[in-house]
Amino acid sequence: MQGSIAVAETIGALEPGVIGVYPITPQTHIVEHLARLVANGAINSRYINADSEFSAASILYGAASAGVRSYSASSSQGLLLMTEVIFNMAGTRLPGVFSAVNRSLSPPINIQVDHQDTMTLRDSGLIQIYVENIQEAVDTHVQIYRIAEDREVLLPAMVCMDGWIISHAYEPVTLWREDAIKEFAGSYDPPFKVDPRKPLTYGALTDDDRITEFKYMVDSALCRAEDKIVQAAELFREEFGNFHGDVVEKYYTEDARIIIVAMGSVVGTIKEAVDRLRAGGKKVGLLKIRSFRPFPAAAVKELLRGAEMAIVIDRSFSASAGGILGSEIKANLYHQNGPVLFNYIAGIGGRELYPHSIMEIVQESETAFTKDCVPDGAVFYNLNEELL
Amino acid sequence: MKELARENYLAPGHNACPGCGVSIAVRLILRAIGNNVIVVSPTGCLETFTSPYGMSAWEVPWVHSLFENAPAVASGIEAALQYKGNPDTQVVVIGGDGATFDIGLGSLSGMLERNHNILYICYDNEAYMNTGIQRSSATPLGASTATTPVGSKSYGEALPKKNMLTFALAHNIEYVASAAIAYPRDLMNKVKRGLDVKGAAYLHVITPCTLGWGFEPDETIELSRLGVQAGIFPLVEYENGELTGVRKIKELKPVKEYLSSQKRFSHLEEAEYEKVKESIKEMVRQNVKKYGLLEQ
Repeated sequence: MQGSIAVAETIGALEPGVIGVYPITPQTHIVEHLARLVANGAINSRYINADSEFSAASILYGAASAGVRSYSASSSQGLLLMTEVIFNMAGTRLPGVFSAVNRSLSPPINIQVDHQDTMTLRDSGLIQIYVENIQEAVDTHVQIYRIAEDREVLLPAMVCMDGWIISHAYEPVTLWREDAIKEFAGSYDPPFKVDPRKPLTYGALTDDDRITEFKYMVDSALCRAEDKIVQAAELFREEFGNFHGDVVEKYYTEDARIIIVAMGSVVGTIKEAVDRLRAGGKKVGLLKIRSFRPFPAAAVKELLRGAEMAIVIDRSFSASAGGILGSEIKANLYHQNGPVLFNYIAGIGGRELYPHSIMEIVQESETAFTKDCVPDGAVFYNLNEELL
Repeated sequence: MKELARENYLAPGHNACPGCGVSIAVRLILRAIGNNVIVVSPTGCLETFTSPYGMSAWEVPWVHSLFENAPAVASGIEAALQYKGNPDTQVVVIGGDGATFDIGLGSLSGMLERNHNILYICYDNEAYMNTGIQRSSATPLGASTATTPVGSKSYGEALPKKNMLTFALAHNIEYVASAAIAYPRDLMNKVKRGLDVKGAAYLHVITPCTLGWGFEPDETIELSRLGVQAGIFPLVEYENGELTGVRKIKELKPVKEYLSSQKRFSHLEEAEYEKVKESIKEMVRQNVKKYGLLEQ
């Protein structure tokens, strides 16, 4: 089954009360399929064709404030247009759920995958889980509502799935029984909602005497989400048998001298590269970051501690400051006798990464490590110098 | 409506300026609505003066999200109420001219076009007053604002005001009207009529601003009345796209009287701005003709 359809079937089974949509490639197959489910009467959701992604996200804001579960999907520029609303949802603790089908940002306009779009939302207070394949996309959508809507969390949440490689690929996938996943997701029962029987004011004005505390509460709520992600993953394993990692996934990390760190669909490619390198006797492992927000600081520290080298593969960057994941991993390892860190910016705008690309990156890093000439900052992998 | 309801769902003690037209309008609007309502407001004067944390003036549920998304937030609330099977609770947006005419126009268009069961009320004080009197596309021709100051090469706002009633009508919604705080019964009746509509309705309320327009706080109502009687703000009603109601004027007050009562137009007294004044008078002539404003 195609990734988008599998996700749409899963969301359809969970039947959010309000769905706000605006088309953008490569996200469209999800909302088109949901439109068919509504048109056929298979689900009872209110499906709203918004005038922009900005309004689509705002519709989720409204629905969540009225105590109804909501859903939207977007990509690329659409996610940037939603940015202001997503900060606002996090700040007022409203847990709408978004599927982000990752796609590069303009210019140049490009519809292929990288992570620049979703990484740009990282400071908002939004929960972000990056998935590796279609089955994980399905299973994470089942898990995400109970995490976001938990009364100790109450934050918007985003399942980030790579455009085309996950959204448009066909893989064998298990879809779950509607009643089983509905029960797993639970119901959205917020402590506060707009209701004429109990008038409350949402989105009040605060001054410097209170605002830091409100911001702190968003930060601590997102930190609390870490346990909820772990619990949801464990419970899902118990009830459905699948496990894709909790906040991270470990792959041959125990005895690894070199650990590659990455997120999204490239993780599958890296697993293949690790298998090949292991077959050649090289002690290489992989740390998959599943939850980028909340950032799994303790797990990263713990798992990288014993390695000599860590190689972070970034599908996004902060201009002049390196890969975004790389920078955060580096900051996380400060004041610790951790591994020497390499950061590659690769796979931008859909540029293919093969197992041999990963093996080449490992080889290159090892050579630099041996010669003690580790690059200062991040390296753009495989640049075509003729185009510069 | 024989007696004005006495309920007050906008509590006193809020932070509006003395003589604020918006606070008068909102008190009347809420009296007309009652308390089975959810109000959404964009960022603006109303949001600022009613919602300091812990000192909210709202006695009904009230949501402020952002500057440009109130119609979409209201759409989400309305859809949620329908999903929950609670169609009796009204959803009303009360937003300023900046949010309505400018930054939230796309979001408003989407809400009107989708025909949500929402009454959208624009309180129009003809500039961004909350941020210090910068022009909006509601600012009238010739008005001096912080971003259209008068100078050797400027007579103030150089463009005519955008026509929001025409914009609303373009969405084929059932009810579009304008009102003024000087005519409270008319205003409240129009609010009720807007709520009766099963779908989107648009109500435009002129709310004079003492600071931005430049008049004394005890002149707010009089200035609202003068604007209507000078033919600057026609009070009209459209049902299903047809003009069905017009507040007639016995004798048109002079445009000069309206302009000279406000500091934002004080420079127009100079002879060199005769052309600008002539354009404003021409706009009034067009209003008189288009709406048949004069009693026969």
